[in-house]
Amino acid sequence: MEAGSARRVVILGSGPAGLTAAIYTARADLEPLVIEGEPSSTSDQPGGQLMLTTEVENFPGFPGAIMGPQLMMSMREQAEKFGAEIVTRKATRVDLSSRPIGIWTGEPTAPEPDIRTEALIISTGARSLMLGLENEARLLGYGVSTCATCDGFFFRDKKIVVVGGGDSALEEALFLTKFGESVTVVHRRKQLRASKIMQDRAFKNDKVDFVWDSVVTDVLGSEKVSGVVLQNVVTGEETTMAADGLFVAIGHAPNTTLFAGQLEMDENGYLKTTGGTGTGVAGVFACGDVQDHVYRQAVTAAGSGCMAAIDTERYLASVE
Amino acid sequence: MAENIVTVSDATFDEEVGASQTPVVVDFWAEWCGPCKMIAPVLEEIADAKKGALKVAKLNVDDNPRTAQRFQVMSIPTLLLFKDGEPASRIVGARSKSQILSEFEPHLG
Repeated sequence: MEAGSARRVVILGSGPAGLTAAIYTARADLEPLVIEGEPSSTSDQPGGQLMLTTEVENFPGFPGAIMGPQLMMSMREQAEKFGAEIVTRKATRVDLSSRPIGIWTGEPTAPEPDIRTEALIISTGARSLMLGLENEARLLGYGVSTCATCDGFFFRDKKIVVVGGGDSALEEALFLTKFGESVTVVHRRKQLRASKIMQDRAFKNDKVDFVWDSVVTDVLGSEKVSGVVLQNVVTGEETTMAADGLFVAIGHAPNTTLFAGQLEMDENGYLKTTGGTGTGVAGVFACGDVQDHVYRQAVTAAGSGCMAAIDTERYLASVE
Repeated sequence: MAENIVTVSDATFDEEVGASQTPVVVDFWAEWCGPCKMIAPVLEEIADAKKGALKVAKLNVDDNPRTAQRFQVMSIPTLLLFKDGEPASRIVGARSKSQILSEFEPHLG
């Protein structure tokens, strides 16, 4: 990257939305720069949430399923093949009011941005929420895990607790039955939010049982997890349950703190888009989970990434 | 694999890590772990940059469960820094290069 010269388009994030936008803008000769983020063990990372999954069964074109990380590696390779430049850095600040738009990837207090661009595609995605308990953080890596596919292996013949009631929670629970002696799903309501097919699979699996109307209020154990404290939200009753592993899948939050005060968001921090992928600021487009708390699928993220790329192309043509 | 990274196993751990004069960071990883793949290039960069001051080793937990168990690794990637054969610092989960270096650098001679 040469300092001083502005890019045509920069893409923030490298999940299915960002990489699809990269494939399309690269094929349109816009020489996109993808700022993919930095490694972490939540979904706020290069490759996005699919890096923490195993088999993806619902991405069209793969009747035999494909591994999440493999799918992302392939998308990345495809984007690079058409000339997208990908850097493993994280944007620390953006200035959407200047033209060209300024992006900082180093010290956010630096007077000048290190990257400038005519158009920006935001695909920073969403990250998994944790319970926010002190002992949950203390025991992270000692029985508390943010990645079932990474860590299930360590819980062979162990008692596992999964918190949550959506598709991700049941996917994790079913995956963990390959290893654990038992998998208990703790959900704060009496009904699951998950899709019918996942519910059927979970109810049919002998290793999976459910604790309804309950939340985890504490994680027990000095060196490693030995149990969890459950509270029934209807009766208020607290019980202790023995467990060796705790996996949390209670939902997501968008990665939008970078845009606070500069872009319109809903009450949960998701970016608002209008007229396709527009954000209300000229030349700034948003796609994928950062602006979608409804569908949140790899294929819808990829679809909106394509839309953002086409919107960007048209925007750049219109200002030339 | 980068030339400055050594592969260790249950059988070679004590010799390669336990008896090492230089500090060693051991990357506990496995093929199925997405975040492990993400930090692999970061570790290669660190191995090149810190050559002589820090040895970088990789241990596949799938093939070498004994060593993983011995150091109570229950989550991967885990990076364990060994100084004089003893664990001195631990990072659980993927991190950026600067975060890894700022955690480990105070422990390096």
